[in-house]
Amino acid sequence: MSEVLTNEQQLNLYYFMKLNREVEAAMERLFKQNKIVGGLYASLGQEAISVGTASALVPGDWIAPMIRNIGALLTRGVPPRDIFTQHMARFTSPTKGKDGTSHFGDLKGRHIVSPISMLGDLIPVMAGVGIGARYLGQKVVTMTWIGDGGSSTGAFHEGLMFAAMHHAPMVLIVENNQWAYSTPVNRQTGIRDIADRAQGYGIQGVIVDGNDVREVYRVTKQAVERARSGGGPVLIEAKTMRMRGHAQHDSAEYVPKEMFAYWKERDPIPRYEKYLTENAIWDAKKKADVDARIEKLVREDREFAENSPFPPPELAEQGVYCDGCHTIEPEWKREKPAVSGGYPAAHQVKDYGEFRPAAVAAATVAPAAVVRADDLELSEEMMAAGPNGKAPIAEETALRVPFGRGPKDKAFREEQAAKTYSRGGSGKTYPQNKQQQPHGKLPGKVFTKPFTKPFTKEFTKAGQGASFQKGPHQKPGSTPRKNFVKHPADKAGRA
Amino acid sequence: MAQATMLEAIRQAIFEEMERDPAVVAVGEDIGVYGGAFKVTEGLLAKFGPDRVMDAPIAETGIVGAACGMSFLGLRPVVEMQFIDFIACCFNQVTNFAAKSHYLWDAPVPIVIRGPSGGGVHGGPFHSANPEMYFVHTPGLKVVYPSTAYDAKGLLKSAIRDNNPVLFFEHKYLYRRIKEELPAEDYTVPLGKAIVRRKGQDLTIITYAAMMHTSLEAADELAKEGIEAEVVDLRTLLPLDRETILASVKKTNRLLVVHEDTRTGGIAGEIAAIVCEEAFDDLDAPVARVTALDTPVPYSPPLEERFLPQRNDVVAAARKLAKY
Repeated sequence: MSEVLTNEQQLNLYYFMKLNREVEAAMERLFKQNKIVGGLYASLGQEAISVGTASALVPGDWIAPMIRNIGALLTRGVPPRDIFTQHMARFTSPTKGKDGTSHFGDLKGRHIVSPISMLGDLIPVMAGVGIGARYLGQKVVTMTWIGDGGSSTGAFHEGLMFAAMHHAPMVLIVENNQWAYSTPVNRQTGIRDIADRAQGYGIQGVIVDGNDVREVYRVTKQAVERARSGGGPVLIEAKTMRMRGHAQHDSAEYVPKEMFAYWKERDPIPRYEKYLTENAIWDAKKKADVDARIEKLVREDREFAENSPFPPPELAEQGVYCDGCHTIEPEWKREKPAVSGGYPAAHQVKDYGEFRPAAVAAATVAPAAVVRADDLELSEEMMAAGPNGKAPIAEETALRVPFGRGPKDKAFREEQAAKTYSRGGSGKTYPQNKQQQPHGKLPGKVFTKPFTKPFTKEFTKAGQGASFQKGPHQKPGSTPRKNFVKHPADKAGRA
Repeated sequence: MAQATMLEAIRQAIFEEMERDPAVVAVGEDIGVYGGAFKVTEGLLAKFGPDRVMDAPIAETGIVGAACGMSFLGLRPVVEMQFIDFIACCFNQVTNFAAKSHYLWDAPVPIVIRGPSGGGVHGGPFHSANPEMYFVHTPGLKVVYPSTAYDAKGLLKSAIRDNNPVLFFEHKYLYRRIKEELPAEDYTVPLGKAIVRRKGQDLTIITYAAMMHTSLEAADELAKEGIEAEVVDLRTLLPLDRETILASVKKTNRLLVVHEDTRTGGIAGEIAAIVCEEAFDDLDAPVARVTALDTPVPYSPPLEERFLPQRNDVVAAARKLAKY
């Protein structure tokens, strides 16, 4: 089976996960040294997803990562220096300083579509890449990632629906890291497992333990093969945990400590190291070699970035339009369609997959051993405060985290926390906003006075001047307004 | 050669471009089997097949997003908005994804988004709008708004061959109301070039789309009074042809801008600013403008007529300007 890996491949999974973590650790240090110009969005704890999914692709496939998919970029061959220079806004970065973070692409070489901050938009784009590639006869698979938060967007729906309708060769990874910024999953959506949505689009949805890189790889590999052979899109929900705040500035105090502890035990890297050791895929020396290689690469690339110049200011004015700087020519992998028409549509060509799912011979992706939301062994207390609450949402009493993290907010939080919130429903009523005067109860008075009376009062220049000079509006008895006096030092000039 | 309406001219442009280049594909709601809400794409599916003429679900973000994706492979999708008002539904995909790709990561997005726009046909507030200025304010896009059948065909061909995302506005009032003979051979009209439709020396009327015809009628009326107006048709709003604008203003020394878009934030403001910056000393009068009201486009005929600039409004404004 294709999802069985050679030892070398297994070590590669480790290499890229570890590289991912080390690159981000280096960036965290750079951030604290004020060397990162903008935000820094960590994928700590989610490395197995980025690396496991991207490893299931072959050269020529297309990816559109999300901001946290540093590991996917590295796996697809992007050097760490590109990531460092991007974050540090240097001229040597892929966007030459025009954008930061992992917002960069590589159209011709590595087939990477750059993310934008508006979530979900990449899903229709990657559906389009898949549909276009099929028309050209290229047997590529497209892959993109979205979070539990981004899966609420309209673009997610439109894109997935579009992909499903066209049977696009696309694999969508939903990284359910339990938090959309500060909002847990059960405050975002009425379902517990985002993979359930797949059914609504007529595509397959599977859930995988996102902290088990082998499982992530195995399931993704099957999904990729299914998509490539015409089986249509697959949605993979990878359950994981964002082990940092939304970005560096966010200390994530809203996350229950038990929750971090629960997921720390499931950290994908030590877990995979244990597997490699227990199965004698490596020994201590091999591990030390790999780690040394990573350390050297990260150090060299970080130094490269730190020594790189900022872009020249005039670059800001350049590149808004393509004025012939690109030659746009598709790469045909099937006979250029006769322009008179009459050739079979791509989806009717056997090799490129039948349109109807029933006719698809591709293997169904085997569900992973883990894990619906119910399978996660989260305690009652954790669930009460966090995601995956077992009780129906309607019964819960809102404990809203106020916006901001200042001392006042902290006091508010403590005050709220001190109150008893019964999960059975306290019967407490909340004050409603006072209703405005209803429209039906307008005063019976009808406006009869026509607005015809001309506005007769005239402002004359003389009148204005007088009022400014003498201050006639001054109340009797009050002290006259003082004239503005220059600071005594002004005459000589202040120091 | 038979006369062609503007609608037929647009259809010819799409047909001929698809024949010329198999990388050109069409995507849109009801454009295939039905041939489009206005029948612009009629016959396209039968000729080019379902791979190249894709009926799409009602999902503007999905459609434009997919078109962007296809364009990364070197395809040149021509997207139809059933009515251009619905471009609001994919605003993010157009302004944040398509418009910024080349600037940020060197990825050109050669797509065309075209659709019927404008009022005068009692389409009501959601089927009559002129949303061009949202996009004229977006660096990275090109915005085209033709007023004649010849231009519509030539500009659309240029738009399809252009390497940037181009928004192509088709005034639906003109679709079947204007006709002209088109050249038999392949021709294009360059983007970013305005044209002088009528020569005159007393004042300049800068306009585009349906208002071009209103302005020409007004100019004929004014001629009877001895006022010779020069009428400039912008054709492309982004990039704007500053040279033609300034040359005409420097010649006539008086400027009236006429557009069907609403007043505040309309292109008239931008043109007035350009003229103030670069031809202030050439002006004999303040820049004047005739535009639609700052309201949504109302439905009922008397309301819509009040909303839209009329020939007499142009005549009155021009008369006042000439006398200043």
